[in-house]
Amino acid sequence: MSVTDTAWIDAALTSARPQAVGALLRYFRNLDTAEEAFQNACLRALKSWPQNGPPRDPAAWLIMVGRNVAIDDIRRSKKQEALPDDDQAISDLGDAEEELAERLDGSHYRDDILRLLFICCHKDLPPTQQIALALRIVSGLSVKQIARAFLVSEAAMEQRITRAKARVADANVPFETPGAVERSERLASVAAMIYLIFNEGYSASGDTAEIRSPLCEEAIRLARLLLRLFQSEPEIMGLTALLLLQHARAAARFDADGQVILLDDQDRSLWNEKLIAEGLALIDKAMRHRRSGPYQVQAAIAALHARAEKPEDTDWTQIDLLYGALEIMQPSPVITLNRAVAVSKVKGPEAALEMIEPLAPRLASYFHYFGVRGAFLMQLGRNEEARVAFDRAIALANTTAEAAHIRMHIDRLMRDSQPRNVKAK
Amino acid sequence: MLYAILCYHDEDMVGSWSKEHDASVMQKLSVVQDKLAKQGKLGPVARLLPTTAATTLRKENPPLVLDGPFAETKEQLLGFYLVEGKNLDEVLDIARDLGEANPGGTYEIRPVGYFTPGSAKT
Repeated sequence: MSVTDTAWIDAALTSARPQAVGALLRYFRNLDTAEEAFQNACLRALKSWPQNGPPRDPAAWLIMVGRNVAIDDIRRSKKQEALPDDDQAISDLGDAEEELAERLDGSHYRDDILRLLFICCHKDLPPTQQIALALRIVSGLSVKQIARAFLVSEAAMEQRITRAKARVADANVPFETPGAVERSERLASVAAMIYLIFNEGYSASGDTAEIRSPLCEEAIRLARLLLRLFQSEPEIMGLTALLLLQHARAAARFDADGQVILLDDQDRSLWNEKLIAEGLALIDKAMRHRRSGPYQVQAAIAALHARAEKPEDTDWTQIDLLYGALEIMQPSPVITLNRAVAVSKVKGPEAALEMIEPLAPRLASYFHYFGVRGAFLMQLGRNEEARVAFDRAIALANTTAEAAHIRMHIDRLMRDSQPRNVKAK
Repeated sequence: MLYAILCYHDEDMVGSWSKEHDASVMQKLSVVQDKLAKQGKLGPVARLLPTTAATTLRKENPPLVLDGPFAETKEQLLGFYLVEGKNLDEVLDIARDLGEANPGGTYEIRPVGYFTPGSAKT
């Protein structure tokens, strides 16, 4: 068996996972049983597929095999555990796979995946547990991988996931397909969960980018999955577009030493054109629906950056307006801070500085506040004040790359101020 | 005669290929394409963005712009080739070569009724 054959099977298993685990969960109504049944089915697939070739429908095959294995296990164990009602007996013989595939083809797939996603973002769970559970159950990342991405110990992450599962089990999650209203409410939390997974990967420091980049890719995969289920939801188009456009810049965001490269200084030829094209197509389509929302606005901002061939081509006036719209939808000092950057390009650093002054109390421990403030002050030639802001930023930096980036500004200040001092003497 | 070879595959699955796997499939396909190109049989080749990026224009009055192609089936149209072949058998051979380079998925072979090369940049 060649390496690429295994890669093909891996891809098929990953792709089938949400559908298969979702269907097994519907049947067994227990996350652990469903997960274990899927794992066992995967082991069998790894043995059977290379010899017999891929099944017509990998997800249906995995559901069928997973179900049978788990039922056997339950029967064999002495536990007096009641088996679910056998609504439709499935046999290994004959063309059961095709039959099952046909039955699953329509609405079942959609509902099973949704139920799985919805369970992971159960409203009783804190966001960190929602993300951990989704990465474990929907994406199938190992506890070790998730722990590494979140920079916590494997034991701590194991505990977090176990706790989340227990909470879901206690909450007596209804397994009926949610109604239209509930569905749209929960859709927002699923979207938020995907957004959080992406952010977790995006805010990577240079030295952990390799570990976290898969989180961005996973978030994109989940967003596309959600979009397949809700093809005419403009906010889901916006979310997917946003993730694609942000991730398109991944290769240009850090230099070889893992140092941050700001948007203006990035080598735009390193931006991923294919992701940009897809993101732009999605945001263009979303806007036609005339039902704006925060993800669409953020995607529209990212699209304006993506459309600028050179930094000076950026339509900052439009970006300022879009941030204004975002401030109305989701008032937050962080959004105002971002808007101030656009304002500094349109109206100059003085207006921008004035805009962020009132944010100081609320952003007193926010790294980017002091970084941005320092940059405005530096542009105004108020170097001593800029240095104070940069010092504060370094103290608040979350990663070594962030700290190093600010230090570079300070070095520049030192260089700039040296000759002036000499002249003054 | 010109034939279109339409490539269908499960978009979720192709989308979850690793970068390395994707590159290796494209590499194997390029071997087949290069051979065809040398024989002067290869026309334009296109790989399409996911169906979720698609928009449909319905001919109503006024024209209605909709989302998707609403691909509910398992396999989606992911790309196409235009090739010159003497007959269906020859084109089937070509499709078989492409299929070997890109396992999984389905190829539909359609004779082309009208073709204009156009001048869009690739």
